[in-house]
Amino acid sequence: MSYPENAILVLVDVTPTGEAASSTAALIGAAAQIGTPVALVVAPAGIAQAAVDAAASAGAVSVLTAEADASALTVPVVDALEAAYNAVQPDAVLVSNSIAGRDVAGRFAARTRAALAVDAVGLSRDEEGVVAHHSVFGGAYRVNSAATYGAPVITVRQGAVDARAEAQPLNVETLAVSPSGMPAALAGEVAIVEKASSRPELRGATRVVSGGRGLGSKEQFVLVEQLADTLSAAVGASRAAVDAGFVPQSHQVGQTGVSVSPQLYVALGISGAIQHRAGMQTSKMIVAINKDPDAPIFDVADFGIVGDVFKVVPQAIEALEARKK
Amino acid sequence: MKIFVLVKEVPDTYGDRRLNLETGLVDRNASEPVLDEITERALEVALEYADANPGTQVVALSMAPESATPSVRRALAIGAESAVQIVHDDLAGADLGLTAEVLAAAIRRGGADLVITGNVSTDGSGGVIPSMIAEHLGFAQLTALSAVEIGSGSVSGTRASDFGAQPVSAQLPAVISITEAFPEARFPNFKGIMAAKKKPLEVLSLADLGVQADPSAAPRTIMTSVSEKPPRAAGVKITDEGDAGAQLAEFLVQNRLV
Ligand SMILES: Cc1cc2nc3c(=O)[nH]c(=O)nc-3n(C[C@H](O)[C@H](O)[C@H](O)COP(=O)(O)OP(=O)(O)OC[C@H]3O[C@@H](n4cnc5c(N)ncnc54)[C@H](O)[C@@H]3O)c2cc1C
Ligand SMILES: Cc1cc2nc3c(=O)[nH]c(=O)nc-3n(C[C@H](O)[C@H](O)[C@H](O)COP(=O)(O)OP(=O)(O)OC[C@H]3O[C@@H](n4cnc5c(N)ncnc54)[C@H](O)[C@@H]3O)c2cc1C
Repeated sequence: MSYPENAILVLVDVTPTGEAASSTAALIGAAAQIGTPVALVVAPAGIAQAAVDAAASAGAVSVLTAEADASALTVPVVDALEAAYNAVQPDAVLVSNSIAGRDVAGRFAARTRAALAVDAVGLSRDEEGVVAHHSVFGGAYRVNSAATYGAPVITVRQGAVDARAEAQPLNVETLAVSPSGMPAALAGEVAIVEKASSRPELRGATRVVSGGRGLGSKEQFVLVEQLADTLSAAVGASRAAVDAGFVPQSHQVGQTGVSVSPQLYVALGISGAIQHRAGMQTSKMIVAINKDPDAPIFDVADFGIVGDVFKVVPQAIEALEARKK
Repeated sequence: MKIFVLVKEVPDTYGDRRLNLETGLVDRNASEPVLDEITERALEVALEYADANPGTQVVALSMAPESATPSVRRALAIGAESAVQIVHDDLAGADLGLTAEVLAAAIRRGGADLVITGNVSTDGSGGVIPSMIAEHLGFAQLTALSAVEIGSGSVSGTRASDFGAQPVSAQLPAVISITEAFPEARFPNFKGIMAAKKKPLEVLSLADLGVQADPSAAPRTIMTSVSEKPPRAAGVKITDEGDAGAQLAEFLVQNRLV
């Protein structure tokens, strides 16, 4: 089997049930911007078909598959990636900047001594090779990075790349992998978080409504969800709201949470600490409601309302719902 | 049991963090340097185990310029028994590959049963150092833990995976990384600060570790350009006089956001 000269090897993140993760189309889309996407799907025996199909329809010209026992963390995927790398000899390796993806990318780069660029929000190519684009310190700076030599390993921020590639006919090949024997942690079953209704995912959402400590309680946080549903938006939160148990950590926006750049970001009862702003200040339009006129969130808001969220938000929901009729 | 806790000095996220537009490096003078909060929490995990298990050795390890010594001392003041700081001119602007190689070499030299790190730092936010180190050392890695149980020969915990909580475990030696779900570190008291001055702080160079920073030794990631985005300006601000909700709805409609 021969592979394209300008192959870009894409590791597809696979969900515990064998589906391709939602990052797949953007990863393969990004790969197509700098070369020809070749995908690798690593999954337990017999459950990979859906992910393989998804990779081809997202634009992978060929899909390599390897079986791996889900009970060993990370290492079997790294072993498969190494085998795929040796077979394909790509110009770059793209991995999702997910928790699982970062673990694989880190081990793989350490093992093969490849240059590693993390959390890219875009990719391009110049005369010397592949360039990764980063948005750092909460979007205050744009940095480009490249490898001094050799093919780089690049993790791509989820929801950051809009490019999509054309679907390709299914072209599957089973990869022979020799295990490295590297010790791996034993991993148990994932307690999959039930996705709440049809609400969009936070990463890559075009609209986000976030709530902070100002919501007061888990019960009252429902107000955030209600406005989110009216706007078909994803639900975000400040760290204080997460710490108080209003919402799970996966909703945290900011420095140590998710970075979002939606068309619309609505901050309810959030003071706008610098660490929160670091995760949302690149949003196109920012709306903030806070009863403190001096809250720093107003410094970055396009439309700020000094007021009580429990008064303003229900009225806004009512007005918006009335228009829908 | 010997535990290495990886502590990192970062620009304070409360301050104005800047990159030097010429070198692309973090401007260490622009904002107060602090010990990254997540690495303090990692230290707390080790100290709690040490409190319950006498004879545990907790070593704070950092790769950082000489100017970061006060931050390393802070780790001693919080409660680490000793510290190792790797200082070398060639490490300014080190990429992830070199950083991981250096940290792994220092851990190998000291001999560790358990390595505890933060899941992601607040400056580089790579989130890959733990797994890179595990690969170099040939250890298993358990990343993104929201709960942990350290035993005499094994470690287990709950991993905040991409799709939900997942139980994980490994035999020691291992590398673990922890999330913000863990509590903040204890505050260094006066006794701790005084004691820290007498605790051993070993400074190592690249030669001590046998690591080459030479650009031809391995491919490196380099910055090819850096630019600053203009800061965001504030827009309209109104005070609710009973109709702000309706005005908000109007604003969203006008801007085609509904
Ligand atoms: C290393 C580090 C990393 C961090 N990472 C993050 C991160 O990723 N994300 C993050 O969000 N934070 C992060 N933080 C925490 C951050 O500093 C703030 O503590 C946090 O963002 C505050 O959350 P908040 O705005 O909800 O709470 P507060 O600051 O307490 O603000 C609550 C706001 O609600 C308003 N309010 C109260 N009641 C009402 C009402 N009825 N109507 C309208 N307004 C009301 C108040 O006026 C106030 O402004 C981090 C901190 C550190 C040190
Ligand atoms: C804005 C920015 C972007 C960068 N992007 C890249 C990039 O794309 N590619 C690249 O190769 N390099 C990059 N670097 C350099 C890289 O961040 C450094 O090599 C850094 O020392 C390690 O990466 P991290 O902080 O991202 O680690 P993370 O993997 O996020 O750190 C996780 C944990 O590892 C431990 N740790 C990390 N560094 C140290 C240390 N020096 N001493 C002790 N413990 C430590 C801590 O416990 C920390 O909590 C970047 C740096 C900055 C400031």
